[in-house]
Amino acid sequence: MGKTISFSEIEQSVYNAVVKAGVILPGDVKESLQKAAAVEVKHESAAESRGSSVMRKILENLDAAESMNIPMCQDTGMVMVFADIGTEAPVALSDIDTAINSGIETAYKDGFFRKSVVLNPVFNRKNTGNNLPAVIYHKLVPGNKLTLQIMLKGFGSENCSGLAMLNPTAGIQGVIDAVAKIVSDAGGKPCPPIIAGVGIGGTADRAMQLSKRALLRDVADEHPESDYADLERLILDRLNGLNIGPGGLGGATTAMAVKIEAESTHIAGMPVGVSISCWADRKCRIILGESS
Amino acid sequence: MSAAIRSFQLPMSKDTASGLTIGEEILLSGTMLVGRDQVHEQFQKLLNEGKALPVSLEGETIFYMGPAPAPKGAVIGSCGPTTSSRMDPFTPDLLDAGLVGMIGKGPRNSAVKDAVKRNGAVYFYAFGGCGALYAQKVESIECIAFQEFGPEALYRITVKDFPVIVAMDSSGNSLL
Repeated sequence: MGKTISFSEIEQSVYNAVVKAGVILPGDVKESLQKAAAVEVKHESAAESRGSSVMRKILENLDAAESMNIPMCQDTGMVMVFADIGTEAPVALSDIDTAINSGIETAYKDGFFRKSVVLNPVFNRKNTGNNLPAVIYHKLVPGNKLTLQIMLKGFGSENCSGLAMLNPTAGIQGVIDAVAKIVSDAGGKPCPPIIAGVGIGGTADRAMQLSKRALLRDVADEHPESDYADLERLILDRLNGLNIGPGGLGGATTAMAVKIEAESTHIAGMPVGVSISCWADRKCRIILGESS
Repeated sequence: MSAAIRSFQLPMSKDTASGLTIGEEILLSGTMLVGRDQVHEQFQKLLNEGKALPVSLEGETIFYMGPAPAPKGAVIGSCGPTTSSRMDPFTPDLLDAGLVGMIGKGPRNSAVKDAVKRNGAVYFYAFGGCGALYAQKVESIECIAFQEFGPEALYRITVKDFPVIVAMDSSGNSLL
């Protein structure tokens, strides 16, 4: 058995990852934005230069955030954590959530991130003052590692989430149409160019959760199953034909990527959940207990 | 190269607003109000009760934004636009009360469009997600009311060369 994964190790690594995630985008996301900016320049005409203008501002903003060391967006989100816990991981289960929350709290304070969480959604919308609680999902996995995948989920895009409970016979076209409808209805609200996370199968709630997990994948990666990789491309092409464009002002890039996670489902249905990430796709991955 | 970017002073008169056309990128300098969901709900409540607002809306422009905390020595923290459509239910009343300009991101509904036309107002798109960039354009900030709402309080800020795109003009033509 390896060295124990301590409370402070979890807390410190979450702190380090989160305080950086609000300010600097992962390399794969930044590259994808640069590509989108190049595409918009190519499509630039006298009347249609707005997509290009939005992309230039986004890239300028990334430089501004890094040079001033402040969050790229004032909505530093509600934190989502996918904790994949190895059944052999040398960690006290009771430490995991408290250490995660503690790391988040300090990161939000030190990073000058906005605290955006309210206590009670209906009857007492008082700001908790520390951006807690985070939304944490636990999953038992084989092995001895603790993997934490974290997203700073802004609500401009979160409010554009959608669920379609399709007929079992809806097929590929049904999935494409359902995702296109949700993204089309969202228009410029979620700060395009977006990344669309699509969860297919399971139950209604499971499909939504899978759609979030899909957003954790690297922007440039490819689905390991070729039929789903093809479906991701088909949906992406459809979304980029919507002419929503950067900022919703028109243009060729509505989405930078579509990511699908799929699971088995019931004979009577095909749940399709869609989660949208704004262009500020702030996420990080921590793997603890790697070395023995 | 595109033509030089035009600059405008805030507060903006309705005459100036009516001279703007959709799609043009411009720079704003001067003062604007800052408020989002909570401010709008409170404003509407006060208007419904026939009470005075904490600030006159006559000729004002409002920026839908809730800032991140300012680091030491800085005027303001990250401060980009929030989604405008959440303000739609409250907006016609505020426009009828004298508001001239709105700054946010995303589309508006048809009631807002009608109220923009009726009042000769204007809606500006601010670059979504660009909170760090906008922090560089803010020269001062003061809290006017509703301090208890924290980042959702009512503020007045002074800006210089604050970039926006005209998204809905005073005739109700819209980009979004």
